[in-house]
Amino acid sequence: MIKTLAKSIREYKKNSILTPIFVMLEVLFEVMIPFIMARLIDQGIDAGNMDVILRLGLLLLGAAMVALTFGALSGRSAAIASAGFAKNLRQDMFYNVQGFSFSNIDKFSTSSIITRLTTDVTNVQNSYQMLLRMASRSPIMLIFSLFAAFSINRSLSMIFLGAMPILGIGLFFIIKNAHPIFRQVFKTYDKLNSIVQENVRGIRVVKAFVREDHEREKFEDISKEIYDKFTKAEKLLAFNMPLIQFCMFGSMLLLSWFGARAIVASGNNAAVGLSTGQLMSLMTYTMQILISLMMLSFVFVMITISRASAERIVEMLDEETDLKNNDNPVYEVADGCIEFQNVSFCYSNKADKMALRDINLKINAGETIGIIGGTGSSKTSLIQLIPRLYDASKGIVKVGGRDVREYDLKTLRDQVAVVLQKNVLFSGTINENLRWGDENASDNEVERMATLAQADEFIRELPDKYDAHLEQGGSNISGGQKQRLTIARALLKKPRILILDDSTSAVDTRTDAIIKRSFLEEIPYTTKIIIAQRVSSVQDADRIIVMDDGEIKAIGTHAELLKDSDIYREVYDSQVKGGMASA
Amino acid sequence: MPRPIGKGPHGMGSGSIKDVNKGTVKRLLSYVGKYRIRLIFVVVSIIISAFTGAIASLFLKTLIDDYITPMLLQAVPDFSGLFRVILMMGGIYIIGVLASLFYTRTMVSISQGVLKRIRDELFSKMQSLPIRYFDSHSHGDLMSHYTNDIDTLRQMISQSLPQMFSSVVTIVAVLSAMLYLSLWMTGVVILFVFIVLNIVKIIAGRSGKYFVEQQKSLGDLNGYIEEMINGLKVVKVFNHEEIVKKDFDERNEILRDNATKANKYANILMPIMMNLGYVLYVLLAIVGGILAVGGIQNFSITGADVVTLGMIASFLQLSRNFIQPIAQVSQQLNAVVMAIAGAERIFNLMDQEPETDEGYVTLVNAKYENGEVKEADHRTEIWAWKHPHGDGTTTYTLLKGEVRFYDVDFGYNEDEVVLHDITLYAEPGQKIAFVGATGAGKTTITNLINRFYDIADGKIRYDGINIKKIKKADLRRSLGIVLQDVNLFTGTVIDNIRYGRLDATDEECVEAAKLANADGFIRMLPEGYETVLTGDGGGLSQGQRQLLSIARAAVADPPVMILDEATSSIDTRTESIVQKGMDALMKGRTVFVIAHRLSTVQNSNVIMVLEKGRIIEKGSHDELVDEKGKYYQLYTGAFELD
Repeated sequence: MIKTLAKSIREYKKNSILTPIFVMLEVLFEVMIPFIMARLIDQGIDAGNMDVILRLGLLLLGAAMVALTFGALSGRSAAIASAGFAKNLRQDMFYNVQGFSFSNIDKFSTSSIITRLTTDVTNVQNSYQMLLRMASRSPIMLIFSLFAAFSINRSLSMIFLGAMPILGIGLFFIIKNAHPIFRQVFKTYDKLNSIVQENVRGIRVVKAFVREDHEREKFEDISKEIYDKFTKAEKLLAFNMPLIQFCMFGSMLLLSWFGARAIVASGNNAAVGLSTGQLMSLMTYTMQILISLMMLSFVFVMITISRASAERIVEMLDEETDLKNNDNPVYEVADGCIEFQNVSFCYSNKADKMALRDINLKINAGETIGIIGGTGSSKTSLIQLIPRLYDASKGIVKVGGRDVREYDLKTLRDQVAVVLQKNVLFSGTINENLRWGDENASDNEVERMATLAQADEFIRELPDKYDAHLEQGGSNISGGQKQRLTIARALLKKPRILILDDSTSAVDTRTDAIIKRSFLEEIPYTTKIIIAQRVSSVQDADRIIVMDDGEIKAIGTHAELLKDSDIYREVYDSQVKGGMASA
Repeated sequence: MPRPIGKGPHGMGSGSIKDVNKGTVKRLLSYVGKYRIRLIFVVVSIIISAFTGAIASLFLKTLIDDYITPMLLQAVPDFSGLFRVILMMGGIYIIGVLASLFYTRTMVSISQGVLKRIRDELFSKMQSLPIRYFDSHSHGDLMSHYTNDIDTLRQMISQSLPQMFSSVVTIVAVLSAMLYLSLWMTGVVILFVFIVLNIVKIIAGRSGKYFVEQQKSLGDLNGYIEEMINGLKVVKVFNHEEIVKKDFDERNEILRDNATKANKYANILMPIMMNLGYVLYVLLAIVGGILAVGGIQNFSITGADVVTLGMIASFLQLSRNFIQPIAQVSQQLNAVVMAIAGAERIFNLMDQEPETDEGYVTLVNAKYENGEVKEADHRTEIWAWKHPHGDGTTTYTLLKGEVRFYDVDFGYNEDEVVLHDITLYAEPGQKIAFVGATGAGKTTITNLINRFYDIADGKIRYDGINIKKIKKADLRRSLGIVLQDVNLFTGTVIDNIRYGRLDATDEECVEAAKLANADGFIRMLPEGYETVLTGDGGGLSQGQRQLLSIARAAVADPPVMILDEATSSIDTRTESIVQKGMDALMKGRTVFVIAHRLSTVQNSNVIMVLEKGRIIEKGSHDELVDEKGKYYQLYTGAFELD
């Protein structure tokens, strides 16, 4: 896990290493200060010597300034290193997500990806900073203090050796038990986020069904779960501080008892046993040892909390895309012909039913193919194999005479434009959205494609025309307008193959017809695959594929199918006469 | 139908302590104040714990002066006194340890409790906001209230507040001890601390400013991620990964920059404070030295005496204990400023005007008694509007599903009218269809019936009652709505169907699914009706989702149904089966249908043809075809490809 995370440090390695070095130097001067102080009191104030006070005072000031400088430097480099590390983590995760295949995407929920990229990274960032600063400071302090304590009195210092394991074991148990609960807390956070997200998006449904209270209850249940678990975990962690105090106070009392005996026995003689001055120093070191242990425990707590986060981050960093680009990819798609050879497909190994079974199909370049079929007949599954959104489970899909897996993915997808069923537009102007198809398209081209997709007219009616701002998801225009924009966006790619997956369902019939006709006239060499519910949308196609239950049931022209295919005829009848028949 | 455009900005000031809104703090404290009794215990425990710490530092002096030194003079040292005092100290320490255990654990409950309440209230409030609010705020922004803003609050309440309080207790204790020793030197300390605080203010101010910036850029990045992850499939289809990465990098870099600056200032605060503490130490040593050597009269709150060496030594020690808690408090300030900025955003949402509901007419189950409509206490399949009047009487109007619009005008914002002079009558048992180009205002009409939006001018009557008088919840309960964009919820398939009526039995849900023709594909899912849907039903096709949403509406069995492009992604063969089922279900009830597909609306009683927000034609399919107007063109247009 640490290895995976460490890869994201990169250009911030320098500052990551500098921080502990600065901290070490800071600590070094900090440790010197009490020595100077002791002398200032003994030789200056106790002796009433103003000269010594001034001289040692200046020395102390100097040491303080050096410590301050290194302290500030370490603070600066720690900030640079941790914020930079966080940036790289987010970047690596986001980049990795961009490389996900469709089946990878299906695996993670949106809200969980978002929490991982934000909350989880922030947790890791904070503990990384803490680690850089505290983790180097505490051990150094600890070592210095232990060394000093042992040099004063070996046998009394054994007390520390007794206290430290108690503290260590105690902290270990607390953290060991708290960690799994924290993991659950974060899982519950995912659930909470997804409820919020569903409600924000589905607010119309919630309100239409008057389910506000129902949703509130659901939310409060999860909220309660977070409360319970978080409280449980943090209450466990709450034992940390008292445990440290217990060890600290215990050590001090033992020191007092045995120290007093040693002093009395030796007659307050440092040479024979122990002096009061030495006892005072030992007490100071006790404090320092235990305080540095306490700081270490803070680091542990941070790590406990962030370990769960780190694991979730690593999960996403380690997720490998299951669509690999070919090692020697082909960068040229010869033409828009498509072939399916004995293709079968299922979405996951667990599904006991194939989504597609034994598909054999040949489509010529420039052909217009319509696909008709009932809801759930796997029309979408079929076309998703063409631009390699998924890979076929069995058989070969060919584009331009070559197996799709031979192509460079980017090349393939540039040449195969799909207008997905679930349209997404992004916040930004219409112009920006359309140029997703081709960044460098001229205004003329953009307008021509918008006209082709019958979007130009309504765009011109908007106050800002092509510069009109779209809200996230295009929520400020209608469904039909959205669909036409997504078609225009795909057209701008000037692909060899254009696939419309039920992309005109919200467009009125007349406009739909105009769009389809303009395809024939304006982009005759592009292979066009049109999935539709309306027979009218496809009946002009060169060939129409009738799908049912994951299989191709019939292929032919409108006239042929009317004659030969029962399913097709039924569909046609339901649309032409269906309405009246049931009236 | 353009809606008001504009992002919900993170309203906040520049982020220094001065900008902290007192109202926000007060309001936040009112949440904590609910735990008043426990808080008193916490405060007492913190004081006990702080004093135990103070006693611990004084114990050493007692140990040496009162025990070790006298014992050194004894021929046979008597350790029993020492033993007793150590036992006593042990007791005090245990009390201190228990006190700190108690307050940290109690603070956990309090802070988590406060957070839970804020979370719940936030969600509850969000649910009551009008649709308009959701139109104009990004989802990422709304979501970040639940994650980032509440996270910062947790930090503040559970860590910063107790620590700051404990620091303040220590400061007060040390200050009084110093005053007890010397007024002169306390003056020096206070003067110095005043200067230090000014330095802190500058640094903390900068740091705070950048922390607020950091939260802002975090929110921005959040929103971007939300949008791009949701549209990830589109990103991939368009090979847009590189550009998205570039945009992401820009936002990510801004966040990094702000985070670095914020943490940089926060990190250097502590070394500066600590080392300035040493400067104070030297200063005091010199002043003390001058006082002592010069033999100047010392004043303290207990009177005047001579400056002694022991006093100076003790004072120097105290000064160390004084600067430390001040440093701690100043370090916590950032967390506090950040948390309060977060709280302000949360409260800002809580303060939004909720959907107003001045309605008082409610929907009740009804029965006939002696030919009169009476309220029933069980589901009777007959509904009535309960209409209390000003004179104390209550009348019952049978729910028939008659909807009338009189000269209705409406616009999503004031300068743009989307609907003009809409007048329509829907009689009970009728199927009313709206046909028209996209953007003609079809959906808008249905949004007015269920009062997602309120009309600007005109009247809408439901069974003769002004819909403004009907309680919104009851109005909406009487209307079943199926929207084109289907939203499903995490849970099993059957739970999603049951969403329509929570007390529906499994059989009723399955029945509804059969009616919606969804039963077939549901049974093919891995776990059938118990298959868990996640991520808005990600694995289902658009058409399957629509079938589910029809089943969901069917199980609600409402008197009036609005089908807004409900079958647009369903193939026509399935659609006609679904339609027959729905027709049977809705027999004698009112149905509004919006569709592009003319085959969907042909069997309607009345078809309204809308154009640019006006009804231009009205009549049955046959009448409209005979009229040879716009509808006729559309109708024939659908087949002109032949």
